[in-house]
Amino acid sequence: MTPKIIKVALIGNPNVGKTSVFNQLTGLNQQVGNYPGITVDKKTGVCKINQITKAKIIDLPGTYSLNANSIDENVVIELLLNKNDEDFPDVAVVVTEVENLKRNLLLFTQIKDLEIPTLLIINMSDRMKQKGIELDIPFLEQELKTKIALISSRKNIGIDNIKELILNYKQLSTEPCLNASSIDPEYFNRLRKAFPNQLLYKLWLVITQDVNFLNLQRNEIENTFTRSHTELKRLQQKETIKRYQFINDTLKIGQKIDKSKATDFQSKLDNILTHKVFGYLIFFGILLLIFQSIFDWSSIPMDFIDTTFSKLSAFTKENLPQGKFTDLLSDGIIPGIGGIVIFIPQIAFLFLFISVLEESGYMSRVVFLMDKIMRRFGLSGKSIVPLISGTACAIPAIMSARNIENWKERLITILITPFITCSARLPVYAILISLIIPETRFLGFSLQGLTLMGLYLMAFVVAIASAFILNKVLKLKCKSYFVVEMPSYKVPMFKNVALNVLEKTKAFVTGAGKIILAISIVLWFLGSHGPGKDFDNAQEIIETEVYSSNTKINPSVIPDRVAEYKLENSYIGIIGKTIEPAIKPLGYDWKIGIAVVSSFAAREVFVGTLATIYSVGSQSEEEATIKMKMAEDMDSKGNRIFNFATGVSLLLFYAFAMQCVSTLAIVKKETNSWKWPLIQLAFMSGFAYIVALIAYQTLK
Amino acid sequence: MSEYNASILKKGQSAQITDINIDEIPLKLIEMGCLPGNDIELIQIAPMGDPLFFNVNDSKVAIRKKTASAIYINQESIK
Ligand SMILES: Nc1nc2c(ncn2[C@@H]2O[C@H](COP(=O)(O)OP(=O)(O)OP(=O)(O)O)[C@@H](O)[C@H]2O)c(=O)[nH]1
Ligand SMILES: [Mg+2]
Repeated sequence: MTPKIIKVALIGNPNVGKTSVFNQLTGLNQQVGNYPGITVDKKTGVCKINQITKAKIIDLPGTYSLNANSIDENVVIELLLNKNDEDFPDVAVVVTEVENLKRNLLLFTQIKDLEIPTLLIINMSDRMKQKGIELDIPFLEQELKTKIALISSRKNIGIDNIKELILNYKQLSTEPCLNASSIDPEYFNRLRKAFPNQLLYKLWLVITQDVNFLNLQRNEIENTFTRSHTELKRLQQKETIKRYQFINDTLKIGQKIDKSKATDFQSKLDNILTHKVFGYLIFFGILLLIFQSIFDWSSIPMDFIDTTFSKLSAFTKENLPQGKFTDLLSDGIIPGIGGIVIFIPQIAFLFLFISVLEESGYMSRVVFLMDKIMRRFGLSGKSIVPLISGTACAIPAIMSARNIENWKERLITILITPFITCSARLPVYAILISLIIPETRFLGFSLQGLTLMGLYLMAFVVAIASAFILNKVLKLKCKSYFVVEMPSYKVPMFKNVALNVLEKTKAFVTGAGKIILAISIVLWFLGSHGPGKDFDNAQEIIETEVYSSNTKINPSVIPDRVAEYKLENSYIGIIGKTIEPAIKPLGYDWKIGIAVVSSFAAREVFVGTLATIYSVGSQSEEEATIKMKMAEDMDSKGNRIFNFATGVSLLLFYAFAMQCVSTLAIVKKETNSWKWPLIQLAFMSGFAYIVALIAYQTLK
Repeated sequence: MSEYNASILKKGQSAQITDINIDEIPLKLIEMGCLPGNDIELIQIAPMGDPLFFNVNDSKVAIRKKTASAIYINQESIK
């Protein structure tokens, strides 16, 4: 027999554990979280069923029903209605969970109407005992006309059962559970007569949604069969009631719930966590803890990484044969990579906290707590999720705004999220703060840590203020809906959290690493080559200058002076000097200017760029960390380049400027136009320039 | 329009849904089981009185007060 591939789609309500099942079946590690809407796009993986059969498993975003309410729900319908899609499933696997079985089955009955072989998974069986739930599986199988796998993906129970049922998918019934067309027999009869070759339920879906994969003339349907919006909604409501009647009748016999077992521990927890005083205090305390860990606790591994990399750089310089390649390695690549590796501890901490907040079910409570406040600024309580995960990276954050129902609230959220201090700014902040803020403690907190927290808060305030303005300026009329599911609290699963932190940190390092590597190579080349005689003859020029001057200059400074002179006359020096007039008012010299300009590709390039420039610009073999080199850099008058005023100005510039190409790209994708990303770019960067200018001019 | 709607429930009270204003209620809520005949219980009120956290048809869901006031309930069934 030839090898065979069965295509399997995992479909189900949000947060039932589809991705957990997917990971169990495929051995992959997709992100799991106890917050509805973690998966926003379809993902595929392969599962080995037996020696000769494989299954292609497709993980889909959660959806409440086949009536699409949002973009990620559309993904599911488009797949199921399009027989020609390469991923169109041989078998639909509907995932449900024991606690919300009633609601989960609504989608199941709809899928059954599509007459695809359908299999039912009831997940989280480990919670049944605690919740006092009993299920009569044979009865349910008979009523729902399917096969059922009662499993626990967390405890790895029943996964083999799923594989076996998938293998025998041809035996699954394709008969619908109930006759939904009885909600308006006359209408549906006409429809059936007009399109005798089409499945009635599919036609109905095409009429009620904006999808059309049946290759029907849409006009044809529209002319004869459309109804007013309200009327359609009324019919959909009728359909839903009908389905629930069937489900309730089935579960009355098939499911027993011992109410006394339902612990009230959950509601006690809710009483505290959403309390009008404690709720906010706890939330604020958690934020404080995050910042403390990012700045204080992570400094130990960071110092270690920093010295390791400068040692490595010095080591290669000493031990490899002199030449261009060694220079590139020790001055360009090693400091560039070091500049990013050093932030692994901080970024890992950040992802750790976000992941725990999501896994525990706390995130929805924060949404609940904040909605009223956020609404005043034209946002939704749900905006808090993009705003918090924006502290890691704006790109997934902007995508997670998809579950905000109201377009205006969603748009405003997308527009302000890039203001939130993302992990790419951390490297920049960290190095600048350590240069300009003393290492003292204030009330037991590190002063540097408090400064960092201040920057986060400031970014948040500016984001909220911009939202307020946008809310006043944007003239969009939208129906304002807000429906947020409150998942029950769960103890975060160590494996999920650990994998999540690992995956995201890896993605950050490799993503940023590639750009930084490329940029540091380019910078190194531009910095160690120059167009004119000044560059080529640097040695003689400096020597004559030193020996001809009357003052006694120690000849040992010559190598450093030569290197610096070379750098100033290299390509990069020339570019830097050209843009210097524009950035001088902000307190930056040309080296900083180069770093700022290259940061428009991605902010975290800043440190790597300076590292490369400073390494190229010094000839000494002794090891010095980037920080030390920056601290010792003087201008012609002998003042520190990274003084307080310049430092503050730089911090503010990085806080506000839109310096991330990837974010602009995702905003374009999510808003479907170039208009919004361009407005963002101009507004944020203009604002950053003005604020930095004012700060420097008043502080200097 | 009835003045008895889900937004007047006190914390811990539940009642039976009699009708819903279909223009105000998003389909998603209907699909979660917010339908005439089902029970709705107010579990928690957010600090500033809005939004409200309900258990409807065994779904735990938070909605805004405005939406809750479009869910009509049977006065006698409040408990
Ligand atoms: N107790 C228990 N929890 C589980 C089980 N399976 C998954 N979970 C938890 O349920 C939550 C949701 O899991 P996901 O796999 O992200 O759910 P999903 O259906 O992919 O969710 P979306 O992508 O948001 O639609 C996570 O917190 C999981 O740890 C299980 O068998 N038992
Ligand atoms: Mg998922």
